[in-house]
Amino acid sequence: MAIDLDVDVTRGAFALRIATRLAEPSTGITGPSGSGKTTLLHLIAGLVRPTRGRIAIDGDVLDDTARRIHVPPHRRRIGLVFQHGRLLPHLTVEEPARYGERLLAAGARRIAFRDVVDLLDIAPLVARRIAGLSGGERQRVALGRALLASPRLLLLDEPLASLDQRLKEQVLPGLERVFRELRMPFLYVSHDVAETRALTGDVVAIEHGAMVARSDAPPAPSAG
Amino acid sequence: MSGWLSAEEVDVLLLSLRVALASIAVLAIPGIAMGWLLARRDFFGKSLVDALVHLPLVLPPVVIGYLLLTVFGRRGLVGARLEEWFGLGIAFTWKGAALAAAVMAFPLMVRAVRLAIELTDREIEDAARTLGAGPLRVLLTVTLPLAAPGVLAGMVLAFARSLGEFGATFMLAGNIEGETRTMPVAIYSYIQQHDGDAPLHRLVLISIAVSVVALMGSEWLSRRLARRLAA
Repeated sequence: MAIDLDVDVTRGAFALRIATRLAEPSTGITGPSGSGKTTLLHLIAGLVRPTRGRIAIDGDVLDDTARRIHVPPHRRRIGLVFQHGRLLPHLTVEEPARYGERLLAAGARRIAFRDVVDLLDIAPLVARRIAGLSGGERQRVALGRALLASPRLLLLDEPLASLDQRLKEQVLPGLERVFRELRMPFLYVSHDVAETRALTGDVVAIEHGAMVARSDAPPAPSAG
Repeated sequence: MSGWLSAEEVDVLLLSLRVALASIAVLAIPGIAMGWLLARRDFFGKSLVDALVHLPLVLPPVVIGYLLLTVFGRRGLVGARLEEWFGLGIAFTWKGAALAAAVMAFPLMVRAVRLAIELTDREIEDAARTLGAGPLRVLLTVTLPLAAPGVLAGMVLAFARSLGEFGATFMLAGNIEGETRTMPVAIYSYIQQHDGDAPLHRLVLISIAVSVVALMGSEWLSRRLARRLAA
């Protein structure tokens, strides 16, 4: 998996400029809030259009402003797990969990529902309603839902940020097991550098919309 | 009911309900589409479209009725074609009454849908998009179910507005007993008769009752839906 990025985004006063290649199967992205981490993930997912530039995964061009190419999110096969799950609240767990799976072409399904349920340990939740789930349970369901869409790349936007330490410890082993067993390439965004380094093979630090450090040089704590 | 109301008044009530339901049927899909468009899309001329949608709220209803008559009348641009090609008469028929009511209620429906969609969580839509759902599927499986309480409230408001429509209806559809004499038109007719006081008062009471029941029903349904959506 190689993600080639050379993009600018300007939104009011905020500007993001990233030009790099992410080649590890797992990459962490850290930085303070407002640094552009989420915008970067949304760019790769196709939810935000670059003002200028090009995004390609393994040579497959997803955005190229010079050639007026913008592949819409639903055709990218890139999963995104949000900070707060973002599950449809009026359904039981199984329906939103299989939302993406049902939209797949027959040959494109690489991950079975049962395997995801086992890996994430969500069997007891399947028949329950979303509204009754705890934060940790929701995050596991959100992760399962993204996996079931069989993405070629999974983006995780602070998936553990809203959880307390006990819940983190409940979800983290599941995450590690999933990525190991499914060999799913992923980008992991978090402001927690230690957690990110434990999970990923390469760490990129961004601040004020620009890359400031990579891998072995964790970012210096900023004053603001 | 027929013991209390005369056959004529029952006809007026049933016709009004038919016209209001037809009005909702005509405006539901365009109203949802326009509400979504104004809530979720930016396009050239959006403020002009927004202004045109709201025109029936600010123009005198008789002006809207007159404009509809020039377009849908027997010699109107559209009306003449409909008559010629499909044998479909609009002016001075109950269909005209429904059309006039739909046009007048349209902005209320659009405003309710727009507000409901603007209040839904965009991240849930974004999540669906990354799961492979195209724009139409996102609208049908995420946006509309989440906005359902507001959409429903808009439809009830439009229904109540349609029941009460007078000015545009009178211009386009006239006052034909059993065809276009809806409750407000009938009330207007009774007021001009010397012996019309008793039926007048009954129709006024029914108007109030139907509207109150519709508004309370929509409030109840909205709250039920909102509870179901509460995460």
